[in-house]
Amino acid sequence: MSTDTVLAEIKNLRTYFYLAEGVVRAVDGVDLVIKSGRTLGVVGESGCGKSITALSLMQLVPSPGRIEGGEITYYRTIHKTASSTTADAINITRLKPDSREMRSIRGNQISMVFQEPMAAMLPVRTVGAQIMEAIMLHQQVSKEEARKRAIEILSRVKLPNADRIVDTYPFQLSGGMRQRAVIAMALSCNPNLLIADEPTTALDVTTEAQILDLMRELQREFDMAIMYITHNLGVIAEMADEVAVMYMGKVVEQTDVTSIFRKPLHPYTQALLRSIPQLDDVMARAAGQKKRLETIKGMVPDPYSVLKGCSFHPRCPQYIEGVCNQITPEVIEVDPNHIVRCHLYASHAAQAQTNKDATP
Amino acid sequence: MLGYIFQRIVRAVPQLLLISVLAFIIIQLPPGDIVTLQIQRLRNSGVEVDEVQAQALIRQYGMDKPMYQRYFLWITNIITKFDFGYSFTFEKPVTEVIMERMGYTFAIALFAHIFTWTVAIPIGVYVAVKQYSITDYIVTFITFIGLAVPAFFLAMIIMYVALTKFDIRAGGLFSQEYLVLPWSWGKFLDLLSHLWLPIILLGTGGVAGTIRTMRAMMLDELRKQYVTVARAKGLSEFQVIVRYPSRLAINPILSGVMWLLPWLFSGGLMVEIVLNLQTAGPALYSSLRNQDMYMAGAYILITGFLTAISAILSDVLLAVSDPRIRFGGVEGA
Repeated sequence: MSTDTVLAEIKNLRTYFYLAEGVVRAVDGVDLVIKSGRTLGVVGESGCGKSITALSLMQLVPSPGRIEGGEITYYRTIHKTASSTTADAINITRLKPDSREMRSIRGNQISMVFQEPMAAMLPVRTVGAQIMEAIMLHQQVSKEEARKRAIEILSRVKLPNADRIVDTYPFQLSGGMRQRAVIAMALSCNPNLLIADEPTTALDVTTEAQILDLMRELQREFDMAIMYITHNLGVIAEMADEVAVMYMGKVVEQTDVTSIFRKPLHPYTQALLRSIPQLDDVMARAAGQKKRLETIKGMVPDPYSVLKGCSFHPRCPQYIEGVCNQITPEVIEVDPNHIVRCHLYASHAAQAQTNKDATP
Repeated sequence: MLGYIFQRIVRAVPQLLLISVLAFIIIQLPPGDIVTLQIQRLRNSGVEVDEVQAQALIRQYGMDKPMYQRYFLWITNIITKFDFGYSFTFEKPVTEVIMERMGYTFAIALFAHIFTWTVAIPIGVYVAVKQYSITDYIVTFITFIGLAVPAFFLAMIIMYVALTKFDIRAGGLFSQEYLVLPWSWGKFLDLLSHLWLPIILLGTGGVAGTIRTMRAMMLDELRKQYVTVARAKGLSEFQVIVRYPSRLAINPILSGVMWLLPWLFSGGLMVEIVLNLQTAGPALYSSLRNQDMYMAGAYILITGFLTAISAILSDVLLAVSDPRIRFGGVEGA
């Protein structure tokens, strides 16, 4: 089945920033798998490395950052028939950021939508010109043809009067319209993978809902995978098939979207879920009961520090002295397709190990 | 767009009127006036000037009338007859003196600026892209020296080196033999062979500043998200830089066009004096020293006029380059 074909695989990715104050390990050993046509949600607080993981995938890590290790494999479709798909594995980490090969992937096979629609387009060039550019670059078509395709893609993101919008300047559009135009720009070359880095954070709730609907619709239409980055668990519930929770440059828990809400394992995931405002609590407060929104105690530690043991231990409610602050937790597969990095589930690891030992 | 240009021109009219009033007041400020000076001169050269003759002169120049009347006389002559009065130092009508020099002044200012831009803009962009690289440090070092060394000093050094080492008389606009000859192909080539030095010297003065401006603007723009978006489209680094941040970073340079003309009157004055150029700056300077009031007034007025024109020009250029200004103007109207 095509839905289970691996499109991109990130293995032990490490992206570090070398600053005067020290080294920031923005991404420190991330493993992720993106499947064709599916949506992978990546959640975490600001600064947990989710955006940098996405930028690493496109070889767009800003200076002074550098991909320090690990592998990103992208399976580029070369031949597709009804029964089988032939793919060509490309090791993105080995490509130079400005190389021809990397550029032929960027915007063509993998494209990206950013957080701030107001800043994503240059104000002095028309929306059309900025969309046509990518089409002309990757599909070698004439200017007239590119313009035709730009109008078509603008109407597919449900912008009214696409033939007029193509000649407007970005600042003449509203935030929601602009984000649609930015999505149109990202989809203009029919990518296999769309990375959406908090595309609705800057929009109001109604517009957010419309954009999310639109993205789901376009995903079916274009049959593309989406890597959806957000700090909003509500959006994750709406959008994702699989969810990866990140904390300080590491994936701490990864599973399907149902399990993450039904059976969160990592104390950090549990805490995140508890800190979502619930309508029930609001009602309870209105009825005079004392109920406060839970927060995660403490702050995300200073990014320059390298904590011994689990990086969540200073904030963890289930912290075990002598273990969590000493030993770095390994990835444990608690259930099939449900992994976690936490010492609380060490017995599962031991179990898995005995099973494995017993098998032969 | 046309509406915007029209609007800018209409707004310039009261500005120009104000400039003309100020120019007139300024030339009246120094103690003594042109008639007393003239009488003094005649007496010095041994000509007897009696009271009657003196009164005649005063009437001739309208000195007996109140200031506002003299102003209207002056400005009316300028607008209707393009007559700026008579220059006593050059002993011919001011209009003639100006016309002689205006062409060179304009040509030198324009080419000096073109030189500045072609050198400084690419370098400014490059050092911003390669911030904190060795090239950036070297360029920064040189630009600071460039900002500190006065252009006239550089002019003297070059003239000295040219004369002593290469036996070239740098300076002036023409060689001695062509100075009085009418225009010919040879004279034109001679002009060109003299023009490069003032163009480079005057242009160099702007290079350092323009590099700094361009670098600072680019550093701001390079951080913006649209640059990453442009990269994410698969454009090459060169295409990204040229088509995106440079388009916005150029704006202050376009506003700088405003100083294109007035700059040469003041900014290039010392270089022009050192190089002995027949341009407007040195003529203005000498007229001010000699209380040649009509000459000085004409220069102040023309400088103001050209500043206003350059300001319109730079606004129009900005509006062409940046639609936000263009549409802002239409919406505001």
